[in-house]
Amino acid sequence: MSKDYTILWKELGLDLVKHDGLLSVLSDAYKNIYLSQKNRPEGMKYFDFVISEVHGLRIEELYEAKKEKRKVIGTFCVYVPEELVLAVDGVFVGLCAGAEVGFEEAEKYVPRNTCALIKAFMGFKLSGLCPYVELTDLIVGETTCDGKKKAYEIFDEITRKMYVMEIPNMKNDSDRKLWLEEVRKFKDKIEEISGKEITLNLLKKATEIVNQKRLALQRLNKLRAYDPSTISGLDALLVNQIAFYDDPVRFTMKVNELCDELEERVRKGNGIAPKGTPRILISGSPFAIPNWKLHAIVENSGAVVVGEESCVGSRNFRELTDENFNSLDEGLEKIAMRYMGIDCACFTPNKERIDNVKSLFKELKADGVIHCALQFCTPYMMEAFKIEKKIDFPYIRIETDYSMEDFGQLKTRVEAFIETLR
Amino acid sequence: MSFLGIDIGSRYIKAVLIEKGTVIDWFKIETSYEPLNRSLEILKKYCPIKAVATGYGRHLLSFNGNIPTITEIKAFAIGARALMPSCRTIIDIGGQDTKIIILDVRGNVKKFEMNDRCAAGTGRFLEIMASALAYSIDEFGKIEGEIESPLQISSMCTVFAESEVISLISKGISREEIAIAIHRAIAKRVISMLKKISLEEDIVFAGGCAGNILLKKLIEIDIGKRILIHEKHHFAGALGAAIYAEKCLIEEGGEKENEKVYC
Repeated sequence: MSKDYTILWKELGLDLVKHDGLLSVLSDAYKNIYLSQKNRPEGMKYFDFVISEVHGLRIEELYEAKKEKRKVIGTFCVYVPEELVLAVDGVFVGLCAGAEVGFEEAEKYVPRNTCALIKAFMGFKLSGLCPYVELTDLIVGETTCDGKKKAYEIFDEITRKMYVMEIPNMKNDSDRKLWLEEVRKFKDKIEEISGKEITLNLLKKATEIVNQKRLALQRLNKLRAYDPSTISGLDALLVNQIAFYDDPVRFTMKVNELCDELEERVRKGNGIAPKGTPRILISGSPFAIPNWKLHAIVENSGAVVVGEESCVGSRNFRELTDENFNSLDEGLEKIAMRYMGIDCACFTPNKERIDNVKSLFKELKADGVIHCALQFCTPYMMEAFKIEKKIDFPYIRIETDYSMEDFGQLKTRVEAFIETLR
Repeated sequence: MSFLGIDIGSRYIKAVLIEKGTVIDWFKIETSYEPLNRSLEILKKYCPIKAVATGYGRHLLSFNGNIPTITEIKAFAIGARALMPSCRTIIDIGGQDTKIIILDVRGNVKKFEMNDRCAAGTGRFLEIMASALAYSIDEFGKIEGEIESPLQISSMCTVFAESEVISLISKGISREEIAIAIHRAIAKRVISMLKKISLEEDIVFAGGCAGNILLKKLIEIDIGKRILIHEKHHFAGALGAAIYAEKCLIEEGGEKENEKVYC
């Protein structure tokens, strides 16, 4: 980190000793997993920098933004409409949920067999280790799964900042109506909290910013279809993770710069692994930062990850919001429609997800799919079986969490799967 | 020109030395707390021209001895097929995990199932239960008694099952009956894995626990199919790795200058 942020962290009420410990573990893991990779694109330097400053400079930026009366809105899910937050010049951030931190604290409030993502966001907050959550003016939850729903009730008692959007479980007309109403209510809430009115122009501008970000991520995704791969799955995953933290305009520019470089690599045939290296599509639950476990295992076993069919991945950027609207109300309808296109496993029957897995597999020229569900994440664990029956390509199912206790067994399974692809 | 396959399991290290496809020696030793040293000693002892490591500890050797690795799944596929050429399904119950491997007609791995994380239903489970009942591991698999007894061990967690066993002992239930119930619990676990995939015959039981006749019998009764066991079942992984080592050297174009680097 470029400078000392201790005073800022102290002001935010972080546990300084534990926080130092967390940062040093994170920095070691980053060195071992990321900086040891060979032939990384130059463009990754920016993202390395962002990670090195994830609890530093970025926190300071948010702190400064708040001084300018901008509101910080924290989220845990890709269903929360970013457009509306940006329309009031708010800052939209994903909150810490990707490491085994504060689980003992979290287990005072939720059962042991709760998914790691939920335990992590509770744990980060309860042990005073997430500066983002401390900076938020509002935390937006959503009724995607039972675990999150109930955890948000508790989280509200702890933070007094929760606002929960109701995500329907089906996609019928009545569900779409309900969701549109939720989007409208969220607009009111955001206007109330920021004291700003969302106008047609502001909404159009915000929609364009978010779409540009999605387009940049789509471009990166398409560039991963080339063999030899010009970027590792770990690096591409990192970019997708940082999409939830960084300033969207700056992020878009940096992703596009990275893509320019990757295009050059494609022209020169300059890969990070030899042509013909087995190509893996990972599908399933989200990979919140710094959850790099499965990608690291796959890429240390002689394969390359070419895509993430995940919320931290294609579910975050596949659909654009239609910018062609002429009234505020029409804009809200387009936004609601866009988010209803997401194929989260919390929906039923969610047939489109299977089609999306199939088409990503084809598009990215993958050799096999590893379905990874967070342990106790019932919707994805169930869909893993469903997908297996409907596809005709190599596929394995994995259930895991953030701990390292199953590392050996996981490595054996992943390596054996890759052996079968050769 | 000899080739060594070394299978570093959680409980035992197995090594097989081959020359032109023929086995010269079989060797087995406890993994202990220093698997790397023991493995390096084995390499010194045999001085192979090429070695391949497999098993849970395979990466120990690949990091410290620059030795190529294959997973035990691939190693078992090659090794079991060499021991029993008709093999299409492998049941491998090792020290800390249980695997079912399905092979295609040519012997390639088509699909596999493997337990995750804990020791439930593995060889280690069997060892701990044997010791709780004061049996040696050899005696444990040879127990004779009423296979159909209704006694159930309901917990598959090694820790909880052990206390369950202790409470059964204190109720005065005979140790034979408890032992059979334990075997039935493990067999049930394996069977549920077998039922997830469509079984192809012949079915071969390999790995450490294949020496347990009772387990074999219980699985056979449930699936209604015959299970084959080779006397060298322990060595399926090590043999597979040795065969793979020989095949690799041929593909690499024969002997290299730095031969016998492992001595």
